[in-house]
Amino acid sequence: MGRRHGPYRITRGRMSLLSALISPEPPGSRPMTATATTRGSGTDVRLTGISKTYGAFTAVHPLDLSVPAGSFFALLGASGCGKTTTLRMIAGLEDPTTGTVELAGKNVTALPPYKRPVNTVFQSYALFPHLDIYENVAFGLRRRGVKSVKKQVEEMLELVQLGDLARRRPQQLSGGQQQRVAVARALINHPDVLLLDEPLGALDLKLRRQMQLELKRIQTEVGITFIHVTHDQEEAMTMADTVAVMNAGRVEQLGAPADLYETPRTTFVANFLGTSNLITADVLGTAGDDILLRAGDTKLTLPATRSTAPARTGEKLLVGIRPEKITLTHADDAGTIADGRNRVTGRIAQSSFTGVSTQYLVDSSVATGLSVYAQNVERDGRLVPGAEVVLHWNPGHSFGLDAAQNVEAGTDVEAEGAG
Amino acid sequence: MNPLTRAARLLRRNLVVIAGLGTLGFLLLPNVIVTVFSFNKPNGRYNYEWQRFSTDAWTNPCGVADLCGSLSLSLRIALWATVGSTVLGTMIAFALARYRFRARSTVSTLIFLPMAMPEVVMAASLATLFLNMGVSFGFWTVLIAHITFCLSFVVTAVKARVMSMDPRLEQAAQDLYATPLQTFRKVTLPIAAPGIAAGALLSFALSFDDFIITNFNSGSTVTFPMYVWGSAQRGTPVQINVIGTAMFAIAVLCVLVAQLAGRRRKRS
Amino acid sequence: MSTVTTPVSTPHDEPARRTRRVPYWLLLPGILWLLVFFVAPLVYQASTSVQTGSLEDGFRVTWHFATYWDALSEYYPQFLRSVAYGATATALCLLLGYPLAYLIAFRAGRWRNLLMVLVIAPFFTSFLIRTLAWKTILSDGGPVVSALGSLHVLGLTDALGVTEGHRVLATPLAVVCGLTYNFLPFMILPLYTSLERIDGRLHEAAGDLYARPLTVFRKVTFPLSMPGVVAGTLLTFIPATGDYINAELLGSTDQKMIGNVIQSQFLRVLDYPTAAALSFILMAAILTMVTVYIRKSGTEDVV
Repeated sequence: MGRRHGPYRITRGRMSLLSALISPEPPGSRPMTATATTRGSGTDVRLTGISKTYGAFTAVHPLDLSVPAGSFFALLGASGCGKTTTLRMIAGLEDPTTGTVELAGKNVTALPPYKRPVNTVFQSYALFPHLDIYENVAFGLRRRGVKSVKKQVEEMLELVQLGDLARRRPQQLSGGQQQRVAVARALINHPDVLLLDEPLGALDLKLRRQMQLELKRIQTEVGITFIHVTHDQEEAMTMADTVAVMNAGRVEQLGAPADLYETPRTTFVANFLGTSNLITADVLGTAGDDILLRAGDTKLTLPATRSTAPARTGEKLLVGIRPEKITLTHADDAGTIADGRNRVTGRIAQSSFTGVSTQYLVDSSVATGLSVYAQNVERDGRLVPGAEVVLHWNPGHSFGLDAAQNVEAGTDVEAEGAG
Repeated sequence: MNPLTRAARLLRRNLVVIAGLGTLGFLLLPNVIVTVFSFNKPNGRYNYEWQRFSTDAWTNPCGVADLCGSLSLSLRIALWATVGSTVLGTMIAFALARYRFRARSTVSTLIFLPMAMPEVVMAASLATLFLNMGVSFGFWTVLIAHITFCLSFVVTAVKARVMSMDPRLEQAAQDLYATPLQTFRKVTLPIAAPGIAAGALLSFALSFDDFIITNFNSGSTVTFPMYVWGSAQRGTPVQINVIGTAMFAIAVLCVLVAQLAGRRRKRS
Repeated sequence: MSTVTTPVSTPHDEPARRTRRVPYWLLLPGILWLLVFFVAPLVYQASTSVQTGSLEDGFRVTWHFATYWDALSEYYPQFLRSVAYGATATALCLLLGYPLAYLIAFRAGRWRNLLMVLVIAPFFTSFLIRTLAWKTILSDGGPVVSALGSLHVLGLTDALGVTEGHRVLATPLAVVCGLTYNFLPFMILPLYTSLERIDGRLHEAAGDLYARPLTVFRKVTFPLSMPGVVAGTLLTFIPATGDYINAELLGSTDQKMIGNVIQSQFLRVLDYPTAAALSFILMAAILTMVTVYIRKSGTEDVV
C-alpha cells in the first residue's frame, strides 16, 4: 500500500489488492453457488420474456435482456419504470410473473435468493443495525458455513479503509462509510454478478462522483458482471459499458452510452438523456442520402441513415439536435456561416451564464424555446436577450425520430427515488 | 430590574416546570408514604397512622401468614402468563405486520377489543364461561385469564416494532445466502427483540399487579394483590409496605443499572 | 437486443402458495385462544343475561330481556356516577399529566430519563398498596385534611357536594382523587410519546412567524399532540369508568360505581343474569362513547 502521496496513489494500491482478493480463484469455499466459476471473470446474465405484474398493474412488460459476462451494465430510468423490479428478479427477491432468468446459461428462475451466486448492494444499504461492521461483512461467509472468516473480513475492511471501525454499528457511520460497508459485504462473497440498486443515491454530489469512479475501477479490475440500477443519467453514462433506458416497464433503447446519446431512437431517450431540441418537420422528399424537410419556412436536411423513422414524402418527422451541437451566430454575421449547414433564424429569449458555458433559449419560427449551449471560449457581447440570431448545425449531428410520439416524453420525469 | 418582577418572570417562564414537578410529586407521594410506613409499628391491625419507628417488618418480611406464599404465586403466574402471551402475541404480531390476508381487519378488531373493554366486563364474562363449563377456579383459571388480557398488549408492542423494520434487511440476509430460517434467527428476531421484550415486560407487570380479573377468576387462590385486598378488610400488616417498597427500589435500581450499562457501552 | 416475446409461464408459484398460508399458521394459536377465552365468554355472558332461574334450580335461557330494564332502572345512579367520576378523573389526568409530559419532552434535558423512570417506577409497587396509602394521606385530621380545612377549601368542596364536613375519605373527592392518581401514568405516557415526536424547530418556526408562546402552544404543540391526547383519554377513561377498587377502598356506599355493583352481583349475590346484563350495558355504553369520541377527534388510527 502506498503511503500518503495523494489520494490517487492510495486508491490505486487498494484496488490492486482488491482485485487480487476477488479474482480469479476465490480463496473461500462456496458450497452453495449454483455455477462453478472457473473463468473467474463474471458471468453472463440472460433474461428471457421476463415480466412482472401486481394485480392489474404491470411493473415490467415481457422483455429480453442479455448482459455479457464481465460488463458494467446500467438500467436507467425514472422512478416506477420497472428497473428495480427487474434487478430484484435477477436477485431472486421478486418472482417473475413470466419468463426465465439465466446465469451463465443455467436457469435460476426457481432458485431462492440465498441459492443464487449474485449479491446486491441495496438502496440505502440495508446494513443490519443489530450487528457491527465486522459481522455485517462476515454475514454472507458465515451463512455459507465458512469457518474462519477473520482474515477475509479484515482484509476486506482494510480494503475499503474501514479497518478501525470494525466494531462500530452501522448507525455510527457516515453515508459514504455505510456505502463502502455495503459494497464490502457483497463483494466478500465473490459473487458472479453484483447487483447495485441506486447505490449512490443517498450520497452528496461530490462523494457520489468519487464513488462512481471507485466502483467503475473495482469493476474493471475484478471483471465481475455489474448490473447497476440508477435514475441518474450522468451516473449511468459515466460508469456503464451498456445502458438500458427503461420507461413504463419497457426497455426503450439499449446500447453504449455514446450511441444512446448521439442516436436516440425515441423521444423519451432523446429527452431523458441530456436535453434535445425536437423540431416537427414535413418531409419534402429525398436527395441522394439526405432527407429534405421543411419546418415553418425553414428548409432542413437530415442524412437518411440518421433517422430511425422511415421518411415518406408528405408525412412528418421529428428532427432532433442537441443544444451543444448548435452554433449561435449573430444575424449580422449570417454571411460567415458555411454552406451545407442547417440554419434556423430566431431571437434570444433568455440567457444564463453557467461558467463553463452559456445557455440560451431561442424563439424561432420553427419552434419556441430552442436550447443552445455555447462554450465560453470567445464570448460575443451582442448575444443578449432580444438579439436576432441564426442557429446552425451540421446535419450529420442531428437525428430523426418518428413524429407519432409524444414530443415531451421524458422531459419532466421525476428523477428521484426507487425505480 | 426589580427583584420582585424578576422573580415573577422566572416563575412565569418556568410555570410548566413547576406544574410538572407538582404532578410528579402527586405521583410519588403514595410511594413515600408506603416507604415511611414500612418502618411503622402500628398499635392495631391497621397500618394507617404513624406510631413509632421500627424495623421489625423489614427483618421479618414473611412474618405474616400466607403473604410470601401469595407473592411467590403471583410471580409464578406472571412468569407463565408472560411466556404464554408473548409467544402467542408475537406470532399474531408478525402475521399482522408482515402479511396481507383476508381476515386482517377482523383480526385487528379482535386484538383491539380486549383493550377497549373495562376489565370488569372481561373478568365477569370469563368467569361466566368457567362457571358454565364447570371448571374449578384456581391457578389455571387465573393463568388463562391473564394470558388472555396480556395478549393484546404484546401484539401491539411487537407489531409496532416489526412494522418499523425495513423489509430490505431480510432481503439483504437472503441475498447473503441466509435460508428463511437463518434469516429469521439472525436478522428478524434480533431486530424485533426490543419490541418482544417490551411486550413481555408489560405482560409481566400487568399480570403481577392485576386485581380485577383475578378477583373474578381465582376462587380461593390468593395472589399478592388478592392478599392486599383482603388485608384492607382484615387489617394491613406492615410487611405489605416492606414488599411494596422493596419492589419499587429493585425496579428503580434495575433501570439505573441498565442505563449506566447502556451509557458505558455507548462510550466504549 | 431488447425484443418483446410471448410470455412463458414458469412453474414456481408453489412456494408462493406456501407463503400465503404462513400468516394463518401464525395466527391460529393466538386467535383460537381469543375465540375460546374472549369471544366465547362474551357469548356465554350474553346468553346468561337473558336467563332466569335461581342458584338452586339452575338458570335457563328464557329470553328475559326485562333483566336489562330492571338492572338499568335499579342501578342507573351508579352508571351515571361511574361516567361522571371517569370523565372527571380523565379531565384531571389530562390537566395534571400534560405539564409533566411537556416538561419531560421539551424541558428536561439530561434529566429526561430519570423523570421517565420516576413516572413509571410507581407501577412496580402494587397499585392496591399505593391506593391504601391514600387512606393514610387523606385520613381524618391528617395534615392534608387539616391544611385543606384551614384554607377553607373543604368548605368550598362541601358546598359543591364533593366532600362532607371535615372528611375527605369516603367522599366523591377521595374516589376521584384515587382514580386520577391510578390512571395518571396511562395519560402521561402516550402524551409524552406524541410530544416527543414534535420537532423542536416547529416552535421556533411558529415564534418566527409572530406567534406568542401561548399561541404556539394552542396552534402548534397541542394540535400535534392530539394523537397522544386521544390515546391517553381512552386509556384513562375506559378503565376508570369500570373500576371498583377506588370506590371500595376510598369511598363509602354512597360512592359505589357500576363496577362495584357488577362485582357484588357476581361474587356475593350470585345473581349472574343481572351481573351479565350490567356488564353488557357498560360495555355497550363505553364502546359507543369511545367510537363517537374517536370519530369526532378524527384520529382513527390510535390503535
